[in-house]
Amino acid sequence: MASENPTTQEYLQHHLTNLTYGQHPDGSWGFAHSAAEAQAMGFWSVNVDSMFWAIVTGLIFVWMFSSAAKKATAGVPGGLQNFVEMIIDFIDDTTQSIFHHKNDLIAPLALTIFVWVFLMNLMDLVPVDWIPMLATSLGISHMKVVATTDPNITMSMALSVFVLIIYYSIKCKGIGGFLKELYGHPFPVVFLYPINFVLELVTLIAKPLSLGLRLFGNMYAGEMIFILIALMFSVHAFGFGEVLMVAGGGLMQFVWAAFHVIVITLQAFVFAVLTIVYLAQAHEAEAH
Amino acid sequence: MNLTATLLIQSVVFLYFVWFCAKYIWPPLRTAMRERQTAIASGLAAAEEADKRLAQAKSGAEAELAKAKEEAAAILEQARQRAAQMVESAKNEAREEGERLKEAARSEIQQEINRAKESLRGQVAVLAVRGAEKVLGESVDATKHAQILNRLAAEL
Repeated sequence: MASENPTTQEYLQHHLTNLTYGQHPDGSWGFAHSAAEAQAMGFWSVNVDSMFWAIVTGLIFVWMFSSAAKKATAGVPGGLQNFVEMIIDFIDDTTQSIFHHKNDLIAPLALTIFVWVFLMNLMDLVPVDWIPMLATSLGISHMKVVATTDPNITMSMALSVFVLIIYYSIKCKGIGGFLKELYGHPFPVVFLYPINFVLELVTLIAKPLSLGLRLFGNMYAGEMIFILIALMFSVHAFGFGEVLMVAGGGLMQFVWAAFHVIVITLQAFVFAVLTIVYLAQAHEAEAH
Repeated sequence: MNLTATLLIQSVVFLYFVWFCAKYIWPPLRTAMRERQTAIASGLAAAEEADKRLAQAKSGAEAELAKAKEEAAAILEQARQRAAQMVESAKNEAREEGERLKEAARSEIQQEINRAKESLRGQVAVLAVRGAEKVLGESVDATKHAQILNRLAAEL
């Protein structure tokens, strides 16, 4: 935190700023100490906190599932294997009900997205100040723990999916088929081809945007509400009224967290399902 | 909140995790689950089959048992009849044997009587002669009166 008793403005700024590493305008490399400094670094900088938490949660996913996969037997499953198989079964059912082509990448892709996004979202349920304060005491100026509130994280996943959409579109329909789909729909009349092309291009580009921005928006808003509740009930003295305030704030945080559990699960699921849907469309020769 | 190189790093990390999942997580788990599914399905089918066979074996055993009981009853009946026959024939034989023995005894007795009669006849002749001698006071010439004596012996 910037000072002992930060103003509302400072508190909000602090919580919404990533720990960014990059080149300062004066040529030296280092961490940005404010949002403005991070802005000045331009494209070639890295949000270290987002990457850190993304990789940590990703490794938790990989570790948990691969330790279950290593011990996987057709015999009686243990506790972890049961849990992991439940998720696998769920994703497999979802994939098979949407995606009717032969592609062994789709289900693992959906699984990775679902579990990883869920774990990244789950960091939102850690009380908003715990990890940032711990980081501050360790000398780290900024720390955003929810990787999915960073549009870089959500958009990079969405764009990766977008690349896969285009790859499979071209692979299944050929480059001609893919382009024909862009200008041949929805009006199969030659003089309307330019209009078709604009419409279809918007549809195509809307796919990664809808994927990435939906997740980012939901998580950013959820995180913002946690921060605002924390702000609303913050106290700077000690007394009976303050105790009541803290208790009220705790209750509010709990209620919002309980509701937010649904949001984080749903957003992870929506991201995974939309990925499957888009890739299924990419495989279909007769798209609309 | 500006887009930065984080985008590129995260994409690489994302694709790496997806690749790892597709190569090392999904296939072994899916295979294990499918194997268990087929194992359970075949296990249930086998249990059903075994149930069916058990029922078959039970009804077969019951039929077998009933047949065995019937046979046993038949054998018992036969044995009883045979026993009765044997007793009957033994009785007959015994009776015949008794008859035969009685007959033999009777003929032996008859022979004994005849023999006794023969010897008595001879002795009666001697006694008669001796009595006659006493009556007549002289000896009777056996040769002379042999005819009379023989007739006498035959009369006795």
